Amino acid sequence: MAGESLTLIGFWGSPFALRVKWALELKGIRYQYVEEDLSNKSAMLLQYNPVYKKVPVLVHDGKPLAESLVILEYIDETWEQNPLLSHDPYEKAKARFWSRFVDEKCVPAVMATFSKGGEEQQKAAQEARENLKTLEGGIEGKRYFGGENIGFADIAIGWLGYWVRIVEEIVGINLIDKELMAKLDAWIDDFLELPVIKECMPPRDKLLNHNKAFHKLLTSSST
Amino acid sequence: MENLGNKFKTIYINIAIGLTRTPSSIHRMQYNILQKKKSRAMAEQNKVILHGMWASPYVKRVELALNHKGIPYQYVEEDLANKSDLLLKYNPVHKKVPVLVHNGKPIAESMVILEYIDETWKDGPKLLPTDSYKRAQARFWSNFIQDQLFENSFLVLKTDGEAQQKALDQVCEKLNLLEDGMKTYLAEGNVGVENNFGILDIVFCSIFGAYKAQEEVLGIKLMVPEKFPVLFSWLMAIVEVEAVKKAAPPYEKTVAILQRFRQSALKFSAAA
Repeated sequence: MAGESLTLIGFWGSPFALRVKWALELKGIRYQYVEEDLSNKSAMLLQYNPVYKKVPVLVHDGKPLAESLVILEYIDETWEQNPLLSHDPYEKAKARFWSRFVDEKCVPAVMATFSKGGEEQQKAAQEARENLKTLEGGIEGKRYFGGENIGFADIAIGWLGYWVRIVEEIVGINLIDKELMAKLDAWIDDFLELPVIKECMPPRDKLLNHNKAFHKLLTSSST
Repeated sequence: MENLGNKFKTIYINIAIGLTRTPSSIHRMQYNILQKKKSRAMAEQNKVILHGMWASPYVKRVELALNHKGIPYQYVEEDLANKSDLLLKYNPVHKKVPVLVHNGKPIAESMVILEYIDETWKDGPKLLPTDSYKRAQARFWSNFIQDQLFENSFLVLKTDGEAQQKALDQVCEKLNLLEDGMKTYLAEGNVGVENNFGILDIVFCSIFGAYKAQEEVLGIKLMVPEKFPVLFSWLMAIVEVEAVKKAAPPYEKTVAILQRFRQSALKFSAAA
């Protein structure tokens, strides 16, 4: 598609921007990447996402799109090579179901484990573990959420394992139990080893240090 | 046995028609009989069951979608204090309504169900625009209404005094954002009227459709035309849509349940 302009506004440490990056890379789509300084948001970001003022934002021929899952659906509909979603409506529904489950259930529980202390943290950790165990049910009998090959849900969810392991290290609480969630654990490793996926990942040390600083900020403001 | 009876019925009717009607009206009646048979067959092939609760806005969304697309379905009212085994089997993850069961396959989460309905029943009105960018906008704003307005509106119902004022301020802030966003989107003729009715209308309707009952219970008007002219006229257009009128529960029943809910929420927070 010559003459088209495509820009991804992101942040290197954002898992939501990473979802979009993966989708674009997997489909071999050419795009321009703009790194955003979240402590000093650009006029461009505020213009393109006035509602949430967040990354990622995808700008296609001057038209802005926000919200990573909305962007993924748009990418899949606009560039049909290497489809992320199945053609079958029921399989599509399952992929969307699990993607939403992660955003609405797993992420808040993991975030609470990361940012709270004491009993609140323990309760959040327990909830996170239960949600992660439930999530594992989505891969049952398959290699990936998408079946034999990765699909929409894998891209939407795959970052979680990487981030959760970092959270575990920082707060010293186990969330992904290697024995009780063996299938989930194996899927995480499997997914993160895929070449296109691996190439886009932020370096672990950089992400760990970034989140350590973030953790300090979150926990010091609550005392 | 039933098929045989129907066959005889058809033959008898055709004879009766032949004796008394003109050729064009014979064709019309035969056509109508055939259409009825077709939709009965369709209903049997496409068995659709909706597990719901009459006052749930999430369930309302699915009802609106099914009504608007003219999809025949069986409705099962769930007692949420005593959930059926079927519900727990069909939605083990959330154990909630709505659940749509299509030919035995369960689908949960209202937004997921809406997309499934649109992709499975391709005839008739579309719930999402055909243009990809407009689809993205419809999804974006539907999610916004759900994430940013629903909880806050609920909070207004559950609180009073300072807490309620705080919740109200939040709702107004989000409504302002929605008003701005919808100015362009609605001006392009994307939603609201009967033939453009889609997921965005459905989600908006599921929260504000019962605005009259909400106003009566709260003694507060949220959807003020002077403050939110675009949203107000959109809402007025929505409540006139056939599918919406069909799915609207009786006014008094809605007022009663909102009142009960508010009373128990206030009691609970007073006791805490």
